[in-house]
Amino acid sequence: MRDVAIISFAQSNIEDDIRSEVEILQPVAAEAVKQSGMARTDIGFTCSGSSDWLQGQPFAFVMALDAVGSWPPIKESHVEQDGAWALYEAWVKIQTGEVESALVYSFGKTSPGDITQVQALQTDPYCVTPLWPDLDSITGLQARACLESGVVTETQMAEVASRSMRDAMNNPHAVRKADRSPEDLLGEPYRVSPLRDHDCPANSDGATVMVIASAELAREHSRRPVWIRGFDHRIDPPALGVRDLTQLPSAATAAEKAGVAKDKIDFAEVTAPYSHQEVLLRNALGLSDDLKVNESGGSLAAHTLMSCGLNRIGDAAMRIAAGNGDRAVAHAGQGPCLQQNLVVVLEGE
Amino acid sequence: MAELCAVIGVGQTNFDANRIDVSMPGLLREAALRALEDAELTWADIDAVVVGKAPDMFEGMMLPENYLADALGATGKPLLRVHTAGSVGGSTANVAMSLVSAGLHERVLTISFEKQSESNAMWALTLSPPFSVSVVAGAGGFFAPLVRTYMHRSGAPEDTGIRVALKDRLNALKNPYAHLKMPDISYEMIRDSMMLWDPIRYLESCPSSDGACAMILSNEKLAERTPRKPAWVHGSSMRSEPVQFAKRDAVNPMSGRMAAQDLYSQAGIKDPRKEIDCIECYVPFSWFEPMWMETMGFADEGEGWKLTLDGTTALDGSRPVNMSGGVLSSNAIGASGMCRYAEAANQVRGEAGEHQVAGAKKALGHAYGGGSQYFAMALFGAEKP
Repeated sequence: MRDVAIISFAQSNIEDDIRSEVEILQPVAAEAVKQSGMARTDIGFTCSGSSDWLQGQPFAFVMALDAVGSWPPIKESHVEQDGAWALYEAWVKIQTGEVESALVYSFGKTSPGDITQVQALQTDPYCVTPLWPDLDSITGLQARACLESGVVTETQMAEVASRSMRDAMNNPHAVRKADRSPEDLLGEPYRVSPLRDHDCPANSDGATVMVIASAELAREHSRRPVWIRGFDHRIDPPALGVRDLTQLPSAATAAEKAGVAKDKIDFAEVTAPYSHQEVLLRNALGLSDDLKVNESGGSLAAHTLMSCGLNRIGDAAMRIAAGNGDRAVAHAGQGPCLQQNLVVVLEGE
Repeated sequence: MAELCAVIGVGQTNFDANRIDVSMPGLLREAALRALEDAELTWADIDAVVVGKAPDMFEGMMLPENYLADALGATGKPLLRVHTAGSVGGSTANVAMSLVSAGLHERVLTISFEKQSESNAMWALTLSPPFSVSVVAGAGGFFAPLVRTYMHRSGAPEDTGIRVALKDRLNALKNPYAHLKMPDISYEMIRDSMMLWDPIRYLESCPSSDGACAMILSNEKLAERTPRKPAWVHGSSMRSEPVQFAKRDAVNPMSGRMAAQDLYSQAGIKDPRKEIDCIECYVPFSWFEPMWMETMGFADEGEGWKLTLDGTTALDGSRPVNMSGGVLSSNAIGASGMCRYAEAANQVRGEAGEHQVAGAKKALGHAYGGGSQYFAMALFGAEKP
């Protein structure tokens, strides 16, 4: 494998951003390119992740090309997945030896619609979608299964939410921040039993941009390159009745293939849009109970759909780049009840 | 050093306006199982899956690949979903090729599809997006002015498009999977068909189809052991450019020209006119054949139409184009680019059946999308590169 490093990262998450996706993306892209120290035209490959459905029109990603610079014509691709998978495709492209660097970006704007209702469209279109189960309700079933099997307790869920919202007070990109105790949170009413508002994602509009480069370029352009040491992603079956919802086997496989357990980990950033999912991910990724997870506040503090996974990876990378840790795990997840999972192991120079 | 990559199995569904006989998973499995059968493999032999399709609104489902994971045999494996507008069938295969050439996987299933009958593509393309002008004319409305510009620039005879359509519709009669089969097709029928978007007539346009196309890719070691002849990948390229940019030439886009030059340089091709035997390219409206012939360097600028008129692009011509009947005969949008690749690969494998070009050694697959701004291409060879 070729050594590839993250050399710059920028993001924007705003609760109800009045700007269009292109307007949100453009300054973030400009900032990431500037931070990288590379000229836009010197970056060899461009890859993005987004969902047409959020924008309410087909080919939604096409206009984004104008925001990131695509003249003269660029080598470019797009996944209809979280930006973390765009990062994977870009990393693969550098592995082929065809390019030495890549611009990776993603964006999502969910404020114009009712996103939990919209995500019912991810289910089986013949047998499940007609029942229109919203995502909060689907995930409520998972949380209930976890409580009943003893994998998670309601107190643990409140602790995750309390800690995330408190950590978020130090994160300028977080949209939900509060200093509230778990006991206090447990007094809140249910949104969808057993989920309370703070157990559910803090939906935001935003964009995320990252520049990655092969070894020589990375050392030239970064004071402390953050190396991608392991990278894998897997998917579980779609039918909720087929899965044991208290387990995430695809996350466990991805963690094993990415080599999470090979060495000591300093911290982790995981995509857990619902509080109980952080516990499931700790179990699946083999993270110890006392490991610091989601100092950013995670998705409970800012959840830009299609960008949140790439945000977790970028947040982890920037903390390593700043010298606050040497080895970290970053995770992206998507699909109902975290059906698809991606794991990256990052190490400082 | 990048690994060599080869196509070792190809599968297509039967294309039709409405494949009500199968669900979305059923449609994909029809193509995937045919590809596995062609390669004499089973689901367990596949390391990763790369799936592509055009906008999710064409089926009315968000991120359908998650729902399709089981049907694609992807459970427990890596699954990528590519979407690059109309070029997606090509770029999906390109991404799958990169997984093999990077040495990450030995065998990859790549598949792309559209099941337009699940929803309504015309509706999906005629939304009024917030803060934007609504383009209510469909794809033909966007492309007709480009065709008119090409006619004006090149001085091509007005019936060039009719001749392309006649050729492709006759070729489709030899393709068992084609959607539109019109045994009594004639020049007059096409000429007299309704003018939809002047200068594009009804019978010069592609249909709306349900269908899927799959390919099994492998590295060199496994390709050498495959029961049927592999098609070796000699190169693959992609280029994109912005849609709203006064400087761009949408008729002969720079991204298309750059993608072709990149492909030839990877494949060591000095003169594509002499070294490439046949081409499957994305022609959703007849006039795009001469236009793409120029973009890809098979004719000088303004002269692409001559290749149609002098019979060069006919099935029995010196450099046939769209031997399968092309997009004019089957257009399951997301699948169309991969069909071009699969048909090109089958030509050099000698597996193209009735529309086989005798002795084809090098064949080009081409796809484009968006407002003529996304290009994906691959070159397949009968011999190793």
